[in-house]
Amino acid sequence: MEAFGLLVYGFSVLLTWKILALMMVGLVLGIFVGVLPGLGGPNGVAILLPLTFTMDPTSAIVMLSCIYWGALFGGAITSILFNIPGEAWSVATTFDGYPMAQQGKAAEALTAAFTSSFIGSLVAVLLITFLAPGIASFALRFGPPEFFAVYLLTFCSFVGLGREQKHKTVISMALGLLLTGVGMDTVSGQLRMTFGSSDLLRGINFLVAVIGLFGISEILLTMEERLALRGHAASISLRTVLKVWKEMPRYWVTLLRSSAIGCWLGITPGGAIAASFMSYNLAKRFSKDKESFGKGRIEGVFAPETAAHASGTSALLPMLALGIPGSGTAAILLGGLMVWGLNPGPLLFVEHKGFVWGLIASMYLGNVVGLVLVLTTVPLFAAVLRVPFSAIAPMIVVSCAIGAYAIQNAMFDIWLMLLFGVVGYVFKKIGIPLAPFTLALVLGSRAEDSFRLSMIGAGGDMRVFWSNGLVGSITTLALVLLFWPLIGGAFARMRSAFVRKPA
Amino acid sequence: MPKTETEIVVEDPAAPAGDSPPVTTNRTADVVVSLLLLAFAALLAYDNWRTGMGWDATGPQAGYFPFYLSVILAGACFWGLAKEFLARKAAAETFVTRAQLRRVLQVFVPTLLFCFLMQWLGLYVASFLLIAGFMVFVGRLAVWKSLLTAFLFSLVMFVTFEIAFDVIMPKGPIESLFGR
Repeated sequence: MEAFGLLVYGFSVLLTWKILALMMVGLVLGIFVGVLPGLGGPNGVAILLPLTFTMDPTSAIVMLSCIYWGALFGGAITSILFNIPGEAWSVATTFDGYPMAQQGKAAEALTAAFTSSFIGSLVAVLLITFLAPGIASFALRFGPPEFFAVYLLTFCSFVGLGREQKHKTVISMALGLLLTGVGMDTVSGQLRMTFGSSDLLRGINFLVAVIGLFGISEILLTMEERLALRGHAASISLRTVLKVWKEMPRYWVTLLRSSAIGCWLGITPGGAIAASFMSYNLAKRFSKDKESFGKGRIEGVFAPETAAHASGTSALLPMLALGIPGSGTAAILLGGLMVWGLNPGPLLFVEHKGFVWGLIASMYLGNVVGLVLVLTTVPLFAAVLRVPFSAIAPMIVVSCAIGAYAIQNAMFDIWLMLLFGVVGYVFKKIGIPLAPFTLALVLGSRAEDSFRLSMIGAGGDMRVFWSNGLVGSITTLALVLLFWPLIGGAFARMRSAFVRKPA
Repeated sequence: MPKTETEIVVEDPAAPAGDSPPVTTNRTADVVVSLLLLAFAALLAYDNWRTGMGWDATGPQAGYFPFYLSVILAGACFWGLAKEFLARKAAAETFVTRAQLRRVLQVFVPTLLFCFLMQWLGLYVASFLLIAGFMVFVGRLAVWKSLLTAFLFSLVMFVTFEIAFDVIMPKGPIESLFGR
């Protein structure tokens, strides 16, 4: 029970008025981010990151992660009341959430969504508490070849398991990795791909790219649509809450299954979006009463919300333990760690105990406070949607500009942000996924360093990636995942041939 | 049970028309992007080849990693192009319609102007102009509401970033009047 003692220590780091206040601010901002169209979890965190530059790392990460929890909660509000998913991961929530609202059961649906979100994150946080320290101490034995193999595994699993067209994932990833190489080479000190520009000397900042890719491009995309809204207003009474909570234990199988799906897809780079759809579909498949799904069944709200939150939270596990983010937002938090001068990876658990356990404790506390906050303030946040988008859009643009400029105090970054905004807009429209791009941008230089360090150590012998059981199995697994579509296809063909023969 | 079935309704008077003619198809956009990326990959490959993409006594040279990445990028682009030309599907999805493009430019052009202006006027004044202008001309909202919103937002940003969090932004003549 070492983890438990450390967790108590984490709470002791956390329980100061300043941090608790920042937590509330983060949660409220996060719910706003989740509710407003044209702002999502990743860009909300990216835009608000500059606010934290002058804070100490613990307060900073508590505030940012609370923005993230808030965004996860907020996405459900618009899905249920307006049939407009505030976030991609709450699309599945609209299937049954909106019909419930139409039947006058909006309060029940919202309570169900928030409570199941809370349960999902709680399961994921428990997983982090007891699993992350073990993984981190195991990873302390890693050398450069092992780290490169793990990075390779992350990249390959995106290509092999992603639902987008494979070549588009490769394009997005290669482009991201290339852009991290711009500027001074960290190993030899040589300049690369700067084309004589002194602005490119500093390299392309990860956060500037993210603010452009997610913030600006999202505004452009949102403008394309018709922005008229029509929905229900709702407030939640204590009686409704208790009624839903009393019903909840009946759905324990769904809750447990959805949490498991969410945790699994959160740790592997599947993401909250895939998790919410998958758990909705499974809940439907295993239900005795399939017909009632999509017509306002409370289970159809429980399943996707639990999975989305479990996945969003557990995405932080590989980030903390290995320095590899499991989602876009986790990647941005990782970028934050580097700005605050922390080196992400297994050493974090040894060198910055207060930071890590403070963060983990804040996950517990943030979710409890978040649950109470959303349950009591729903009408307020639903009313935010009355603000016309033409007032919100320029404000988001200004916030993006402030965020991008503050990172390095450079006007060049503002132009870069605009460029990335256009790139993100076009990429999203033609189906080039942005998550691998983000991941490549944040991991690129470290992947390259570990590759070159292992090459230097091994004298240029590629066999170093199979030099012992550990690194060999990770590398092999990476290659298997990369070619999974081919291997899986071959398996399917073999099986169908096998089945046909006896007949 | 409290009955709170009051509806929230927000209108969008300037919404893009649904029947607007398409500007380009997704397929054209796909091909153009692939060609641009291909050119970009070639440029970077050349630059990294110049830096040195081979091996020397200390291991891989500075250009090694990015050189092969640009090769991968180019390969993926070729793959996409080949796929596009081999698949003779007539079903072309619309990339953007004329009305949609107009709306996108309505937000992009002011943003561009805002970025130019902030170099001379400072970020906060430019932000006031952007928000007020956008609300009045694009959103067709009441002038006094727009001016008030823009002023309050810029002021809150100024207080939050410059005073509370010490984050320094570009500033122009108006801020210097107040000794900032």
